[in-house]
Amino acid sequence: MNASGHTAEELRLISKEIRKDIIRSLAGAGSGHTGGSLGLADVFSCLYFGIMNHRPDEPGWPGRDRMILSIGHVAPALYASLAQAGYFPREELLSLRKLGSRLQGHPGRDHGLPGLELSAGSLGQGLSVAVGMAMAAKMDGRKYHIFSIHGDGELQEGSIWEAAMSASQYKLENLTALIDRNGLQIDGSTEKVMRLEPLADKWTSFGWHVIHCDGHDHGDIINAYDEAKITKGKPSVIIAKTIMGKGVRKIENHHGWHGRCPTPEEAEIFVKEIDGMND
Amino acid sequence: MRMMNEDFNNKGDRPTKNGFGEGLAEAGRRNKNLIALGADITGSVGMDHFASRFPERFFSLGIAEQNCIGVASGMALSGKIPVFATYGVFAALRTTDFIRISVCYNDLHVIIGGAHAGISVGPDGATHQALEDIAVMRVLPHMTVISPCDATQTRLALLAAVEQVNGPVYLRFGRAPVPDFTDEKLAFEVGKAQTLKDGNDISVIATGHLVWEALEAAKILANKGISARIINMHTIKPIDKDAILRSARECGAIITAEEHQITGGLGSAVAELIVKKYPVPMQMIGMPDCFGESGQPEELMDKYGMRARNIVAAAEKLLKDKR
Ligand SMILES: [Mg+2]
Repeated sequence: MNASGHTAEELRLISKEIRKDIIRSLAGAGSGHTGGSLGLADVFSCLYFGIMNHRPDEPGWPGRDRMILSIGHVAPALYASLAQAGYFPREELLSLRKLGSRLQGHPGRDHGLPGLELSAGSLGQGLSVAVGMAMAAKMDGRKYHIFSIHGDGELQEGSIWEAAMSASQYKLENLTALIDRNGLQIDGSTEKVMRLEPLADKWTSFGWHVIHCDGHDHGDIINAYDEAKITKGKPSVIIAKTIMGKGVRKIENHHGWHGRCPTPEEAEIFVKEIDGMND
Repeated sequence: MRMMNEDFNNKGDRPTKNGFGEGLAEAGRRNKNLIALGADITGSVGMDHFASRFPERFFSLGIAEQNCIGVASGMALSGKIPVFATYGVFAALRTTDFIRISVCYNDLHVIIGGAHAGISVGPDGATHQALEDIAVMRVLPHMTVISPCDATQTRLALLAAVEQVNGPVYLRFGRAPVPDFTDEKLAFEVGKAQTLKDGNDISVIATGHLVWEALEAAKILANKGISARIINMHTIKPIDKDAILRSARECGAIITAEEHQITGGLGSAVAELIVKKYPVPMQMIGMPDCFGESGQPEELMDKYGMRARNIVAAAEKLLKDKR
């Protein structure tokens, strides 16, 4: 049981709904990033239904926790979670990537989607924005927390490390970054494309508190965020071990599914498979 | 459009960055939400007054310009008005994608100061001479681009960037001491050009400290019986279309002058407008699509043809084309 009253079992069921909505919206769109979106469904359900202090009926509430999605390409996971939380009707998910939609291919605030904190899509920028938000909150003595989500491949952008330095310099204990450590990027294994390990050591040496978790175990994710929120004097980073495409065997761990989306026929099969998920 | 016909006198040479520093300190006094972000060269870009007066609102972020822009965006999303300044080459060019997405696409009130602009930064050479910043900044949606003509005006321009604009601003200024000739009372309105001298044979539309060169050129031209209108185009975007079209209609020939590449800057902005609405012969004064080099500011201004005499020569050539 966590602050919002959802048990791990309830969060698991919510994650299933988010996964199904990701598949449906991507099949409707005809393009988009399936693997990373599915892989983050459990993290998103924990954030929006367990960890974050927010008001879907009052998206601009000044006291809300902020969620900065640095990897804009997993927007389908964010949109499905916002809809599930009640920010907008779930039917709108079918407008993903269509002309005039509030659900842009990569998040765009200019289209007025409630609950969206940042227009993003160019990798390596979100951590800096989260740092700015955390600095401003600290200056004003505000109690809200800043959560950011990053890809592991994204950590190859040098700007991430500029931001990492500044977060520890300013002791931003109100900032928690999460790394989607699925080990994959478009060209293949992150370690082959450009080695990230020893990843925890890198963050530790930059002055961050490092927490590891299983990115598909809701209890573990909640515990990781709880630990981050009580950590004082430094920012926290959660390295969440995930499986790209989690929930659909055909997609799991296939980096070819980074930027692919299911056909309507595949979508039907995948949704059934997700319904049957019970790990 | 402001209209003046008085003579302008140089009150003494001053770097325009001094005006930026004074404006920043004044803006900080007026507005508690104003924040300044520094990238190691705070004294050199004129942010030190603010940093010493408001240490709790000044943040040093090191030599990490991309992060500075991202942090500024996060602060703007949290109700602050961040001002980030470093050399123009880094402020506008190293950071362009961050400015495009985190600042402009989010349409945030972030003020970016581009210091040491133009070739007049002198001995440091080509790497440090920002000559492409106006071109790149002005094509970004939502961006306002300001290039004031002297130190007094730079102070007013910073205050206007804080108080008159709600979106992203790029404010350009320089290091070399240049004539400080405008008065505090010459109101600065973003997007409204200032006609400093009226005339009807030719119109010189200048920006930055080349406005002074244009005023000097007008005196020489007057002695030759040529009446030149001198316009201070301190805002490159949104550009004052009315001032440009009136120049085209009433003078029939236009010279632009800027300490910037002639491709993509003020000259291009003026040409883009008149070619559609009222084409007239034009000449452009600026860097001829090349890198700068080391030298004293005056030597470089001479070598690359950004002096009053170059404006005079362009005017004489243009008047032949006009007939
Ligand atoms: Mg990855």
